[in-house]
Amino acid sequence: MGDISPFQFQVVAALIFMIGVVGVLIRRNMIVMFMCIELMLNAANLSLVAFSREIGDDQGQILAFMVMVVAAVEVAVGLAIIISLVRNRDTVNIEDASQMKW
Amino acid sequence: MKLAGLLTPQFWVFWIFSSAAVAGAAGVVGNVRNPINSALSLVVSMLALAGLYVLLEAQFVGLIQVMVYAGAIVVLFLFVIMLLNLRGSGASGAELQPLTKLVGTGLVVLGTLFLVRVLATGRAPWPDVDPSYGTTRAIGEALYSDYVLSVQVAGVLLLAGILAAVVLAKKKVD
Amino acid sequence: MATSTVFVALFIFALIMLVFAPVMTWVERKQSALMQDRIGANRAEIFGFKALGLIHPLADVIKMITKEDTMPAGAHRLVHLISPFIAVTPAMISFAVIPYGGTYEMWGAKFSLVVADLDYGVLYLFAIGSIATYGSMLAGWAGNNNWGMLGSIRVSAQMISYEVALGVTVIGLFMIFGTLRLTDMGVLQQDTFRVFGFMKYLGWVSPDARWVDWITLPMWGIVLQPLPFFMFLTALMAENKRAPFDTPEGESEIVAGYFIEYSGMKFGLYMMGEWVEVVVISGLLTAMFLGGWSLPWLAESDLIAFLSPKFGANIANLIAMILAVHVFIGKVVALIFFQMLIRWSMPRFRYDQVMNLGWKILLPLSLANIFLTAVGILVVQKVTGS
Repeated sequence: MGDISPFQFQVVAALIFMIGVVGVLIRRNMIVMFMCIELMLNAANLSLVAFSREIGDDQGQILAFMVMVVAAVEVAVGLAIIISLVRNRDTVNIEDASQMKW
Repeated sequence: MKLAGLLTPQFWVFWIFSSAAVAGAAGVVGNVRNPINSALSLVVSMLALAGLYVLLEAQFVGLIQVMVYAGAIVVLFLFVIMLLNLRGSGASGAELQPLTKLVGTGLVVLGTLFLVRVLATGRAPWPDVDPSYGTTRAIGEALYSDYVLSVQVAGVLLLAGILAAVVLAKKKVD
Repeated sequence: MATSTVFVALFIFALIMLVFAPVMTWVERKQSALMQDRIGANRAEIFGFKALGLIHPLADVIKMITKEDTMPAGAHRLVHLISPFIAVTPAMISFAVIPYGGTYEMWGAKFSLVVADLDYGVLYLFAIGSIATYGSMLAGWAGNNNWGMLGSIRVSAQMISYEVALGVTVIGLFMIFGTLRLTDMGVLQQDTFRVFGFMKYLGWVSPDARWVDWITLPMWGIVLQPLPFFMFLTALMAENKRAPFDTPEGESEIVAGYFIEYSGMKFGLYMMGEWVEVVVISGLLTAMFLGGWSLPWLAESDLIAFLSPKFGANIANLIAMILAVHVFIGKVVALIFFQMLIRWSMPRFRYDQVMNLGWKILLPLSLANIFLTAVGILVVQKVTGS
């Protein structure tokens, strides 16, 4: 892979992470916000795997694997929460779930 | 970029897959009309990331990315969207107007700066790794010898997640 | 090496597209007719030649291509357009890792009868199988139809439930073979083991009893793990949405379920994907459980060593290769026949029965199987000291 520097992978990861953060900030659909959180997790995974290859040690891949496991659990529980929220309030707009705001 | 660099397959694989990943990510945020369009963009992004993982010789992680993320997590998203019959509800076009232009412009500027920095980078050395790097056998041996505690904890976490999901999503039977 | 890969890929592609996919429609009609004591479809003819009804697949294809292609109002155009292709592509590209034979050296070149000898071959198939969910799930949603949506929800729940069972049932086999590569599994299944060998280790017979050495069985997957074979077959058939598991396309309940808004060749693509997947299932089961491309009790290296002095190494390899392909395709055809038998004998399962089978029966049984296999491997290692 002589032509691609490791920095380029980090740039891609940073771009995807930024897009995820912006998505969480400006979208108000609960499910789309959750998808942007998944984007952030994926970007972190890409960064981990790229660094792991740069060093030559596969510990980064194992950590990426664990991140995927945690992300899977988080999606399951998060979607269950979203289902109960939507069933109770009949809306998927996050601004309507603001009872705990001051 | 020297001309000879255009002919290596890694070059094309990297640029095609990373463009697809970033475009897919932008599609997740930018699709206002329908959350299902966002979910489909997410699938494209995740498959592209899996391709990048395979390029980085992380074969096992790449396959697990396809199996778990693209094949199960996004399916779960789509399933919930269909179950709750959310056809564009809660996502009006007005929400993107004021902030989007500012943020979008900022992103484009940043992206261009990054691109310039990237294109100006010289070649960097990648260390040689033995052929068993990233294979299922190597990851499996490491997971079950050095990191067996994290595997056990992951098992408990998955059990807790299953229980939580079942309890939360059940309809109250009065 | 590159040219032989192209040759194998073209061979497999030609085999699937031109032979398996349309002939499967004929097989389904004729086999169901035989089972139900009737004649089956035999009206199509070219210049008076009926060819046992083999003209019917051709007639079907012409009919489907010339039908009107409808797009319902309010449907999502792009998704409606690409869903058939998302459904059919995983079935086709699954053939990349299924080995039709081993590696043969002929006239200085190595011919390996598999398109991609991946180190993680079976994992690739599972990953591709999880992508196949999208083709069916998006189809029902894209048509803007209530029945389609119901079919989509059913099909996605069924497919992701059985993906779990799919992965867990074969872990025991991976533990025994120690590899995920399908070609290695084919080679490992050519060994034989003595059925009553444990008697020698336990001291029940004298060490030089010869009859113990003669009673051997080939180390096929189905011999080593009989129950997981049937569990894996069940999970694969549920993934394929065929046989008793076709609640998503329940014809009598929700009027063709998730592909209700498709007509013409798009519908034909869904059907073709289903039939090609039947062949993929048979190929995968053969490679993993039924000994792959080798005849029982006949190791390929022994065959080549036997034939080489008589015909020369090249011709011996050629004979072995032709035999391997024939044996493999023979086993695949037998499994296709078996799957059609199941499809035309059993009534459709109810939806809760399908979920029950996937979660409450297959999953605990496969977990128990992993445990028992691990215990068995440890016992064998301890006893034989290896």
